[in-house]
Order: sequence, then structure tokens, then C-alpha cells
Amino acid sequence: MARIIVVTSGKGGVGKTTTSASISTGLAKRGHKTVVVDFDVGLRNLDLIMNCERRVVYDFVNVIQGEASLNQALIRDKRVDTLYILPTSQTREKEALTKEGVEKVINELSETFDYIVCDSPAGIEHGALMALYYADEAIVVTNPEVSSVRDSDRILGILQSKSRRAEMGQEPVKEHLLLTRYNPDRVERGEMLSVADVEEILAIPLLGVIPESQVVLNSSNQGMPVILETESDAGQAYDDAVARLLGEEREHRFMTNQKKGFFSRMFKGG
Amino acid sequence: MSDTATTRAQQVFQLKSASVSMTALELYYFDNDEFEDTLRNKISQAPGFFRDIPLIISLEKYEGLDSELDFFKIIGACRRNNIHVIGVRGGNDDQRRLARGASLALMPGNGQRDRGHEAEAETVPAPAAPEPQAVKEAPVTKVISHPVRSGQQIHAPEGDLVILAPVQAGAEVLAAGNIHVYGPLRGRALAGIHGAESARIFCQSLEAELVSIAGHYKISEDLQNSGWKSAVQIQLRDDLLVVAPLDKA
Repeated sequence: MARIIVVTSGKGGVGKTTTSASISTGLAKRGHKTVVVDFDVGLRNLDLIMNCERRVVYDFVNVIQGEASLNQALIRDKRVDTLYILPTSQTREKEALTKEGVEKVINELSETFDYIVCDSPAGIEHGALMALYYADEAIVVTNPEVSSVRDSDRILGILQSKSRRAEMGQEPVKEHLLLTRYNPDRVERGEMLSVADVEEILAIPLLGVIPESQVVLNSSNQGMPVILETESDAGQAYDDAVARLLGEEREHRFMTNQKKGFFSRMFKGG
Repeated sequence: MSDTATTRAQQVFQLKSASVSMTALELYYFDNDEFEDTLRNKISQAPGFFRDIPLIISLEKYEGLDSELDFFKIIGACRRNNIHVIGVRGGNDDQRRLARGASLALMPGNGQRDRGHEAEAETVPAPAAPEPQAVKEAPVTKVISHPVRSGQQIHAPEGDLVILAPVQAGAEVLAAGNIHVYGPLRGRALAGIHGAESARIFCQSLEAELVSIAGHYKISEDLQNSGWKSAVQIQLRDDLLVVAPLDKA
């Protein structure tokens, strides 16, 4: 049975798709057969970040509506050969994702994949509900600011009440907190919430802290999951997060600006 | 009564009137195996409730043959399941004679009930009265052990509400009785929603958006100066919400 992981947040623009791309790439790089599914019907982005937008023929909605087979729609990643992308439709409505249709696709994917990463759209409407409904685990992507934290709290409540696991009375969806765009300098100046603040408010285990970095933007624009930028701190932070997701114990890094001597001086100087 | 107390009477005992709430087993017919199976099944649903309770056998709806009515078997089956049969209620003369033969007490039946209408006859013997007994206890307390998240609402329409986790900003908790939050209270808490002015709110850290008791409320702005971010209890005094620190209570 595949593990189904939803990457969600409530709020938009916090880094769900960036995270989905990096987490799925990281899982695949460790040899797990992984598929990343774009649930953001109408605002298709995952294919851009995965650099496969020119290879999309059929999509998730085509499969649901029986217009294509899953094998026709799945795109194999060119960098990591255990990674597949199921792109979504740019022209349809979110309502094209029916509960039965999504279930059929997820079940079929479960037969061959170890991990199914669901990239959720923002909001708490139909698309987001469909993305989280079948999840076993959830990575809640949060920025260190109050509105993002509030929205994450809301989505956590929905995970515990509207997911399939909640409806069937099974063991609850396992929750992970991933703090993105973290800037220790701004935390120190009191402009951002600290890791401790966010952990205290949301009361779920911390999967990782991704530092704010120009590398994230650059790699997104180039269609490269940031986890493949192994020299960058953001890439390493994602790698740590994947390791923790797989049960490894790793110390949290990039939470303070102690490495200022090296990295930030280089960036500031340059 | 005070007489006896003052004269320190040497009587062995005194008789007093007592009314005890009890469970009655409404017997429709008797078959030894079916009886014990059904009894076990009922007990398994609430083992704690049935342990060592007194039980009376009500014969008012009994339809079986008198010759099938074997009180020794009934008592035996109940004993094996830690239930004490103490008497029978109702029944005709023959049935009551059988009961007396088994050393059971005899209680008068409920005159109003005639043997004719028994529309709600359900399964075989049903312990008829768990509800009356439960009602005598305090109204049910609802206990929640997971965080109440933004957008969620937890409602205890009858009794108290106990939350062993944070109540987040944007969440709402309501109770007919008291509200206890063993964690920070960041959302809204409304106690005494049916008008109970004696209801209180307790929390480990007051960071609420709104607190209300029996319709009297205070919003976050008005709470900043008394016990904010500390452990408090909130109660209604002379139509005013009073916030008092818990450690000095």
C-alpha cells in the first residue's frame, strides 16, 4: 500500500508546490517509487516547477473522465527515474475532481507506487478537500506570520474532521509542520514569528524549517526542484525534511543565523 | 429521630423510608438460554454499569406460561453475571407465589399499565431503566482531548465541556454548563448557553477572542487588563463578568 501524503496550507503562496516538488523528488531519489499529483485544477503550476510542461498530453481530469489511461497521463521525470508527475488540467473546473474519480485514480496509483504526494490548491474549497480526503499524512506548509498560521490551523481542523480517515473513524491523519520562507534575521528583529511561536500555536510536530532563499525562486523559474540544489541551505533543509519524513532523526538546521560568518556574508557581499 | 440520637438508644437498628433508583428487567417470556445470552449481551455494552446492581423482575408484560417461569434459573443466571435479583413487580397470584418460593420480595405493579398495549415490545428481556438511573447523575460532561482548531465548533448542549488541549483562534466552544480548557483559550468560549448564570469558564491561559456566560460577554479588548495570558476563572457576579486568577482562588 502506498503512503498518501498531502501538501496543504490553506493560505496561498506559502510554498506548497515548491514543497510538493522537492519532497517527491527527495523520496524518489532515495529509491522510493513516487508520484506527485497536481490537484490545482485551473491553476496548473507543478508541471512548470518540475520542468515537464512541454510534455503534458493527458491530465488528471482526462483520467478521471475516462478519456485517457493513467499510463498515458503519467510523465516520467527526466532527472530521477523513480519519479512520476500526474499533471492537472488548466482548462477545467475544480468540480471535475469527483470523490469517486479521485478515489479510482488514487487506488490505481496505490498499486504501483510507494508514495503518492498530493499537491493541494490553496483555500478550503472542493479542490483542497479532494486533495486531503484520501491522505494518510499531511505536510502543512506554513510561513512564519499570523495569517498563515491561522489558515494552517483551519486546515488542520479540516484534516481531523473531513478526511476519509476522520469519516471512517480510523487513526487520524499524521500531521507535519513545515515552516517555509524562514528568515532568522527578521525573527530576531521581531518582524516574523519564531519556530517556537508557530510550534506553540499549532501544536504539531515540526518536520523542517526551510530558510528564505533566492535559490528557491531561481530554481522554480528554471523548473528545478530546489532539493536538487544540494549546495544550497534550502535544498539541504528539504533533504533533512524528507529524511525525517522517512523516520530518520536529524537535528534542525537553519533556524538561527549562527552561520552568518559564511553564508549570509557571501550573499550580502555579492 | 432526634430522640433516639439524644437518648443514645440501644436499639439494634432503625427503620427509615428509602427510595432507591433501581433497574427493572421487563420480562416478556422466559427461556433459560435465551435469557442468559441476552443478559450477557446487554452487560457487555456497559460492564461497569451492571456490576453488582440490584435488579427487580417486572412481570407486568409477561406473556409466557406460568409453568415456564423459573425464578431459580433467573436468579442463577443473574448471579453468574454479578447481578442481584431482589424482587418481582406486578404479576398474578400464581406468579407471585412462585417468586415468594424463591425468596424474592414482592412489589406492587404499576396500576396504570394494562397488559394490552405493548407497542414498543422490543427484544426479549431488556433492562428497562438504565436511563432513569443515568439521569440522576450529573448531566453528561463532554471531554475533548484534541486541539479545537480555527473554524471548528464544539458544543456540549447539556452539561460541562472539558478540553484537554488548546482552543485556537477562530474556534468556538459552547456548553450548557461550565467550560474547562486545560490549555490556552484563544478562541471563543460561551458557557451557560441556556441561561445558567452559575456557569464558569476555567482556562490555563486566557487569550480569548470572546468569553460569555449566560449571554453576558466580554471581548478580547476588554480582557487585556485582567489575567490576560494567565490561568483564570471567569464567573458572573451581579451581571458582570469577573476574571479571577486561579492560583489565588
